[in-house]
Amino acid sequence: MTMASTASPRRLFLGHSYNLVGVVAALVILAWTLIAILAPYIIPHPIGDIVDDDYFGPMRQGLWLGSDYLGRDMLSRVLMGARYTVGISLAAVSIACFSGVMLGMIAAVTGGWLDTCLSRFLDAMNSIPSKLFGLVVVAAVGSSIPVLILTLAVIYIPGAYRFARALAVNINTMDFMTVARVRGENTAYLIGSEILPNIIRPVLADFGLRFVFIVLLLSGLSFLGLGLQPPLADWGALVRENIGGLPFAAPAVIVPSLAIASLTISVNLLIDNLPQKIRDRNA
Amino acid sequence: MKSRVLNLVLKRLGIAVVTLLIVLFAVFFATSMLPGDTASILLGQAATPEAVAGLREAMHLNDPAILRFLLWLVGLLHGDLGTSYANEMPVAALIGGRLVNTMKLAGITTLLSVPLALTLGITAAMLRGSVYDRTVTILSIGVISVPEFMVATLAVLLFAVYLKWLPALSSVNEAHSLTDLVRIYAMPVITLTFVISAQMIRMTRAAVIETLSTPYVEMALLKGASRSRMVLRHALPNALGPIVNAIALSLSYLVGGVIIVETIFNYPGIAKLMVDAVATRDLPLIQSCAMIFCLGYLFLITAADVVAIMSNPRLR
Repeated sequence: MTMASTASPRRLFLGHSYNLVGVVAALVILAWTLIAILAPYIIPHPIGDIVDDDYFGPMRQGLWLGSDYLGRDMLSRVLMGARYTVGISLAAVSIACFSGVMLGMIAAVTGGWLDTCLSRFLDAMNSIPSKLFGLVVVAAVGSSIPVLILTLAVIYIPGAYRFARALAVNINTMDFMTVARVRGENTAYLIGSEILPNIIRPVLADFGLRFVFIVLLLSGLSFLGLGLQPPLADWGALVRENIGGLPFAAPAVIVPSLAIASLTISVNLLIDNLPQKIRDRNA
Repeated sequence: MKSRVLNLVLKRLGIAVVTLLIVLFAVFFATSMLPGDTASILLGQAATPEAVAGLREAMHLNDPAILRFLLWLVGLLHGDLGTSYANEMPVAALIGGRLVNTMKLAGITTLLSVPLALTLGITAAMLRGSVYDRTVTILSIGVISVPEFMVATLAVLLFAVYLKWLPALSSVNEAHSLTDLVRIYAMPVITLTFVISAQMIRMTRAAVIETLSTPYVEMALLKGASRSRMVLRHALPNALGPIVNAIALSLSYLVGGVIIVETIFNYPGIAKLMVDAVATRDLPLIQSCAMIFCLGYLFLITAADVVAIMSNPRLR
């Protein structure tokens, strides 16, 4: 925010100017995405192999990030962790934003009892603290990747709905909407061709913010032992299993924490440094 | 126009009650989705079919779900929270002391974080664009962007491992003196204060900056009022509503925060009780804990909305 006003625009891309902080943040996100896709091909050791005689080994040649509490290669485990953290969060945020935005636009265009019921129900859902919701679901159905994705998605649908509905309600009062209605267009056309193009940019910025919330919640659940179950491990689970290395400040507990922070801070900074036109919430 | 405010507030409270019912319903059904038959789990593998059938009858498990929900609700209204599956104790007895511990933790955190966050937020807004403001902003973005457990582990690393000032674990039973008390509460409270304050600082700063950009504040500047007078006399009274709103909203983050903090520091509060109950799949205990958390959360966000309504001068 403050950086956006001081750093000068550096380059033009797709008709918008970007500044340095935004570009660096985008590069970090791109790097983690590539790692998430390529992880199985670039890890130096299989993640289950014990390669070090010592546990919580320091950083050294061959074991660039040290070893974990069983003597496994930390670099490989962090790279594979990216796959789970980024993959699960991305899947969850896509489902959440797609359903939330669709429902929000439908509610805004249709109005009436459908709008009232949906809004009431989703507001109530929003009044359940997110970690608590995760805890209760995991207690009820156990933890697996599909359950985690769906739970995280359900938790963040109400927020996406509320955001999209507020934007769509504003667009709905415009003259071109009245014209389209008079022309006799159906709801699908109104949503897809009139409303969506006008709210897509703030919705995408909201997508990024919600991605951060989901990464944080997933890490939190995994840290409590309620997220991914061993032998799989995302970054939150890596911190949990290596927490015993905290008294010696082992890289095994610090590196996954830094990985989470680098991803979430980058997304936040990228959104804060997007050109005003894109992140303007009043569209 | 007093009645209009009253109407809006009553309407908001009505919505809160309806929401509470929906939430209770959701909690009840989420916890009764557990695969497997509760009665046979309770009796173990050696149970005869007759014993299982008898227990199912006694626990009303054969009744339709909606009836069981109503029975549970009536029990709640009588203060009957049910019996824990794990150790056969009444849930109310298990929760009682733990709830007091959690309230103490939340109370101390609130007393500490509200003045701290307001001071930082307001001064950052006054000195907008300065090095001080940028430091505060970047630090608060940093704290918001990382998970709570990372703030906690960093705090342990700093205060318990490097500086050796404080113990990493807390247990309330051992408090004999004031210094003991400080040592026990320090780590959880420091962690929670960081998490809560970061949100509060951001919202307070935004609220004050918005007020500072209004025409009447510019007028105060033009008539030669000093900077502090401009902020304290002209801007703050009008930013009060949004600020109180920000406080209530930030405090609702306590609900998520205590779950992580109590687990890490082994603090004997209600969140730790609930996480343990999830591990043993102790449904009545999970239901009651979840309900208490939802109640607290709902209370805080409703309070935030009511304050926002009351502080809007256009409705007065």
